[in-house]
Amino acid sequence: MKTMFTAFAATIVLSFAAYYIMSGMGFSSAEMQSAPSVRLN
Amino acid sequence: MKIQVIGSFLVAVLTLAIAPSYAEQSDGQRASTGGAQTLQDVLARQKGIEVDESFRRENLGDPDKAQSINNMLGTQGGISNADVYRGIRYSEVDIKVSNSGPAADVLVQDGGISWLITRATSIRGYAGYGIGGILVALIAFYFTRGRMTIEGGPSGQTIERFKSFERFGHWCLAGSFIMLSATGLLLLFGRAILIPVFGHEANAAIATFSIWVHNNIAWVFMGSLVAIFLMWVAHNIPNKLDWDWLKQGGGIIGNAHPSAQKFNAGQKIIFWMTIIMGASVSVSGLSLLFPFQMPMFAETFALINAVTGSALPAELLPHEEMQLSHLWHAIVAITMIIAIVAHIYIGSVGMEGAFDAMGSGQVDLEWARQHHDLWVEEEQAKAGQAGR
Repeated sequence: MKTMFTAFAATIVLSFAAYYIMSGMGFSSAEMQSAPSVRLN
Repeated sequence: MKIQVIGSFLVAVLTLAIAPSYAEQSDGQRASTGGAQTLQDVLARQKGIEVDESFRRENLGDPDKAQSINNMLGTQGGISNADVYRGIRYSEVDIKVSNSGPAADVLVQDGGISWLITRATSIRGYAGYGIGGILVALIAFYFTRGRMTIEGGPSGQTIERFKSFERFGHWCLAGSFIMLSATGLLLLFGRAILIPVFGHEANAAIATFSIWVHNNIAWVFMGSLVAIFLMWVAHNIPNKLDWDWLKQGGGIIGNAHPSAQKFNAGQKIIFWMTIIMGASVSVSGLSLLFPFQMPMFAETFALINAVTGSALPAELLPHEEMQLSHLWHAIVAITMIIAIVAHIYIGSVGMEGAFDAMGSGQVDLEWARQHHDLWVEEEQAKAGQAGR
């Protein structure tokens, strides 16, 4: 059971990691779909 | 009830039978309206009958017939506002927009309504009846067949069924799949169930949470799918033993214990279903995750047309690609959920001792002998050799 809970914890950690990596790389829909002249922030 | 069914059938048959006459009537009446669409056209479209709309699509004004500049509407150059809007409606005019991306200059896309209706009716119906059906079937099976027990009781001795890295990979895949399923269903049934029950604001919060989880946990699903494939593919190559196992129904009905290696035929079916459908749902998911960047249906349809001679649309608007990806994603995912619910049943309440394989990794030796006898022999032979 320890392995199961470790895997669940890893899944949560990896999901947050994926979010920060993808956001950092500029893969948000807003950034992908707007022209350079659009101010997003 | 019978009369209603027969009535519905007759309406469907009559609708199909009179469909061509709609088009003929419309053609005749359009002449009297100066080429504009008629009530017949509108009614046909509302009934979902295919209407040849080239009379509107191609009616975009004629600069050669423009009035001189000092006449009424002369400055419009022979193209009326209605012509311009028709051009926008059918993506037939050159549109300049400040957004980037391949879909930005498609201002009207009427295929969206078919997608919306399919999602709200067929997809929700498939999910509701499919998942509900398998749950009802399993509950009925449990109360008729009962739990499959270890014949003669547990031996008290255990054998390692899965190593910790195998269980880790399995639970990453399982955990992410359950979360993806739950959030996907919340998104699918938000309008139909969550809004009427909890209200718009609650649904908005649930949908925002669901899409965040869905988009980010998907990477864990894809990674662990690859890991599972690499770990277990060698044990899941079909062989003659599987056919014998299937002929005996896997021992689910009756008390037979057909021979099996590390994975029996049922587990192999689940494995290949997970890999193939998991890959398919991942590709369509990536297409949704990176909007308009990974179109795949037009090319797939062109390939199918080339092979089978069919006439699937080989040119699709960017939005249509997304809509088809979304529908395909939902269909494959729901099919997987239905199969995995059965897998969860047999791996937990359905069979005594089965959960230990993925729980502690240690299964009762007698359980292993009854369900994976050839694997036990292999493991014991290996242990014997190692002990020498």
